This record gives sequence, C-alpha cells and structure tokens, in this order.
Amino acid sequence: MTREEVYEQLNQVFRQVFDDEDIVVSDSTTADDIEDWDSLEHINLVVAVEKQFSIKFNMGEVNSFQNVGEMVDLILQRVG
Amino acid sequence: MKELEYPFDGDLILASKKSLKRQLLAERQDFLSKKIAILGGGTTAAIRQTLELFLLQYGISPSFYESEYNQYYQDACFDNPRLMEFGPDLIYVCTSNRNVIHYPEMSDSAEQIGEKLRGEYDRFEKIWSCLRETYHCPVIQNNFEMPAYRLLGNKDASDPHGRVHFLSRLNLLFAEYADSHDNFFLCDINYISADYGLREWSDPFYWYMYKYALNVSAIPLLSFNVANIIKSLYGKNQKGLVLDLDNTLWGGVVGDDGPEHIVIGPEEAEGQAYTEFQEYVRDLSKLGVLLTVDSKNDEENALAGLRHPDSVLHPEDFVCVKANWDPKDRNFTQIAQSLNLLPESLVFVDDNPAERHIIKSAYPGVATPAMEEAHHYIQSIDRAGYFEVTVLSEDDRRRSEMYKENAQREQLKSSFSDYREYLLSLEMKAVIRPFEPVYLDRIAQLTNKSNQFNLTTKRYTPADIARVAEDPVYLTFYGKLEDRFGDNGVVSILIGRKESGICHMDLWLMSCRVLKRDMEYAMMDALVERCRQESLTEIRGYYYPTAKNKMVRDFYGDMGFTLLSEDEEGNRTWQFLIDDAYQKKNTVIAIV
Repeated sequence: MTREEVYEQLNQVFRQVFDDEDIVVSDSTTADDIEDWDSLEHINLVVAVEKQFSIKFNMGEVNSFQNVGEMVDLILQRVG
Repeated sequence: MKELEYPFDGDLILASKKSLKRQLLAERQDFLSKKIAILGGGTTAAIRQTLELFLLQYGISPSFYESEYNQYYQDACFDNPRLMEFGPDLIYVCTSNRNVIHYPEMSDSAEQIGEKLRGEYDRFEKIWSCLRETYHCPVIQNNFEMPAYRLLGNKDASDPHGRVHFLSRLNLLFAEYADSHDNFFLCDINYISADYGLREWSDPFYWYMYKYALNVSAIPLLSFNVANIIKSLYGKNQKGLVLDLDNTLWGGVVGDDGPEHIVIGPEEAEGQAYTEFQEYVRDLSKLGVLLTVDSKNDEENALAGLRHPDSVLHPEDFVCVKANWDPKDRNFTQIAQSLNLLPESLVFVDDNPAERHIIKSAYPGVATPAMEEAHHYIQSIDRAGYFEVTVLSEDDRRRSEMYKENAQREQLKSSFSDYREYLLSLEMKAVIRPFEPVYLDRIAQLTNKSNQFNLTTKRYTPADIARVAEDPVYLTFYGKLEDRFGDNGVVSILIGRKESGICHMDLWLMSCRVLKRDMEYAMMDALVERCRQESLTEIRGYYYPTAKNKMVRDFYGDMGFTLLSEDEEGNRTWQFLIDDAYQKKNTVIAIV
C-alpha cells in the first residue's frame, strides 16, 4: 500500500468519526487541528483506524503519535 | 435505522456514531425525554454515546449525567448536589469485576472468604439503598463477567478461593436482590460477555490503555442490552409476532407437500430445529406475546399444518390467522387493526427476504429479523430484545386469552343490531377506586404503553405512581372491567391534581382493548362524584397532541367539557363545571 492509498482510506475514517465531509488530514495534522479530537474521541479514532486497516497498535504506540504522519508511518509498517 | 438493528456491526456504530445521531434526530420529533445517570466503575464515554443511539432508535431522547471516572460509589452514597439537581429518571450503575476490591487469597480461611464476599456485596447494597432512598427511580446494575484468567484452572469454579467461584456467588447475591426488589434490574453482563466471547470482551488492553473494563468493540452490545431494559421499562417493547408458516414454523410447503409431509418433529435434524423454534414461540406467548399468522396459503392447508401431530403450536394458540393469497402487507395491516395495535409493535417473522422487504417498505419502523437458517431462528428473535422482560404483570400473562375473549365479543356483537343491547348483554362490571398497592406496576405500565387513548401522554414509573398514590393533592382512579367473557384487568387510569378548587387532569388514559364499551363514561361519573366529595366545582382537561393520540382530540368535548383555549401546536384546555344537574353518563356497566 502506498502512502497516498493510506491517506485516501485514512481521510474516510476521519470524516466518518468526526462526521465532517471536509476533513483532509496530512502529515502535520494534530489533534489541535480538529475540533472534536479529544482524548475520548482518540480512542474511537484508533479503534476505527485499526478496523479499517485490519491492524492492531500496541500499548506504547496508541498515545505516542505526535501527528497524523507518525500514525501513517506505523500503518505502513504494519500493512507492509 | 438498519445500522442499529440486531445483528449490528459494533465497530461501524462506534465509527459513525455522530452521523447516526444526526440522522436519528432528523427522523422524528416525538421523542420521550428521559434523564439517565451513569455511575461508572471505569470509563463510560463510549457507553453513554452508544446508549444514546440505541435509545433514540427506540424513540427515547436521553440527557445524561456521567460520574467522574470510578466515582460510582461516592456519587451514590454521599451528598451529591449535582446529581440531585439533575433529577435522574433512571440510574445505571456500570461496574465490572475490575471493581471488586477484595478477592480471596489462597491463604484465606472459609470465614475470611465469606467476609470478603459479604463486604463486596454490602458495598453494592449500600449503593442501591442510597439510590433508592434519594432518587426514587429505577436502577439498572451490571452483574459481573467471569474473570479474565483462572489461577486454579477448572478448579477455580469449585474452590471458594477461585475467582470464578467468588464472582458466581456474588452474581447469585445480586440476582436475589433483584428478584426481591421492585425498580431494580440487572444488566446480565455475565451472559452478554459469554455470548460475545469472554476472551475478546475482557481484552485487558482497553483497561490498561483507557480504563474501559471491556473491549471497546463490545461496547455497542452492552449499550444495546441496557437500552433494551430501558425501553421495556417505558413500555416500548413489541407486543406480538406475525408469523409466516412454510419454512418458518415448519420445513416444506404444506400446500404442495401435504400436511403429512411437512418437516417438523423429532425424526430428523431439520424437524428438530423447527420444533424447538415452535417451543420458543409458544413460551413467548406465555409471557404475553401475541401470536398471529400471515401466510400465503389456503386457510384449510394452513390449519392442517398447525394440526400436524408434531406441531407444538396449534390453531388456538394464535389470536389471528390470516392465511390467504393477499399481499402480506395487506394482511399485516389487517392483523394490526384487528388487534388495535400499531404496526410497529409487531415483529414480522418470515424466511422469505422478498416478503420482509415488502413489509419494511410499507412500514419502515417494523422489525423484520433476518430468518436465514432454521437452526438460527430462535437466536434471531431472542437476541434482538423485542420482548425484553422487566415487569411481568398478570395482564401480560393473560394477554392472549384476553384477545381471544375479544374475538368472542365480536361474534356476539354481530348478533345484535342495537349496540346498547349488545353492551348490556356483555354483563359488564367495573371496579373504580383510588390507586392501590397491588396495581401500582400495572398502572405504571399502562401510563407507558398507552399511546392512542391518552390525553396527556405523561409517563410514570412505578415509583412515581407510588408517590402520586400517597400524595393527598392527587385524586387517583384506576378502572378495572370484567364481563361475561372474562376479566380485562385494569384498563383506565385518571390522575387529577387539586389546585385552588379546580381538579386538573394530569392524566386520562384508557386501554384500546376496551374502546366503545362506555368505560370512559363510568370513569367520568366516578371523577365527578369524587370531585363533589372534595368540594371541587370545576374540572380542567388537557389534550396534548402526539403522533398517535388523535382519536381523543375531541374526547373532553364528548364528555361535555367546553373548550377554553387551543394554542398553535394544538394543545387544548377544556373546562367542566360541576353542577347538581349532572346526569350519570354510564348506563350499561354495573359499578361494584
């Protein structure tokens, strides 16, 4: 899977979770950029991302992402 | 909404909960508002969010109080102005085996284990009694899921030191409390987690990471179960099954194969599956679920199938049989009408997806569970929670009989040309009295179930009704009607509130099963008489329109009230002045 393909799917997940069709995320997107993205929604987001890509993050990873780019790096590592 | 109907995809619900909520709110306006407090022993955010979706789906719009993380005990047992001000209609104590403080140690004696058990139980019982005394509302309490591991292996179940054994004993104590206390209901997460798969349910990742005591993916299933208990409490259970016959109640097509060749009974695997399904349906009917048939068959063949010696269900178990070649949705409509029920209170059970689609298109709110394999039929209906039992009244158990008695009344009616003569021939007797303790549950149930003949559609819990019954400011009436065919039970409820010489009617409702029997006249007579005793000179009636109560828009007018005002939403206020010239309106029912 290419980085672009990951982003295509990841945008769908963000749009679904935050119910906002206009969301476009990029490497530098952080929780500060999306209004409803708080620690509770982060859990829902992580579960939805895991489901979308059929992967599991481990305990150390879930709260370690500094931005969406780091999440995408991990997704790429997992899906190969 | 399809996404929220069992069997649902929990992860999809979690991911799309915002858009689901938006759609649910756009779908309808007539929500029943309820204030629900969640007292959690862990994180409860996603439980609240998904519970909201399932409740909206059931037509209940919740507002929430949510305790801070793990504050369930403090919130319940200490002064809590915030919760007091919130004024919950219902409290859900959402705890898990993570909240057990003292498990047995291997070195504990039997006495020490007994003390630990008592200690854990007492802590919860204190919560329940505090909540009961302070908030007077229904409480839903999780029991305990089995432990995530077994130190003693299989012996964990039998050795008092084992957690399996310890939690099983606690669960039994919880069950005994629930069984002996009104307004207290267990959410059986012990069963739900097993059904989901305990290993997945108890994945400790979610506890370590987020302090969720269960797998986040399992949360919608938990919320669904809680929502089922709540909607049942507020009278939103389904009331009956509309059943297909061929390949639904038996294998094969009775019209083609002949009644002797349908597949039912103990001889072969498929027959056993249909037999067990029929037994399940029969047992549902004993809980008060009405059984009807909607089948494309000649009636003669349909009845022959039900008379098969191995058929568990017989023609007389059904309150209505429509076996003909009409479209199924037409029969469905007629079944609902003949039982005086809204279509949405019936579940359509048919193995044919095309027929289910037809019903769903005609009535989007009707449940049409997927009936795909005979050996899964029971599960399709059972897990969907259509008939979740909270309070089981004598009326529920007798419901089928009552509908059959109604059929006899209809038959008698057709033999009279004069309607009054018919009413007299019924030899009706009514009891009309202030609320009495034995009927409180039934009265509360009626306030929640009656939609059509209901002037204000005010809903009451049994605890509310108990308070109203004791408060001298209220005039309360229940009406019970009996006739030569049987006892209809409590069918009409009035609550009047005394204020400056006027009796304001907070509630006037009647069960549709006794429409056109003049019972409303008998209630009016009783109301006027009691008002006189209390030296009240005026009655004010209120009509608040809903999607379902148009039939009583002019009810007070028919009772001789004068319309005082009507606002743009159609809310009406009526006035009745009590004078000495009042003539009793009921002339056909004997008051005993």
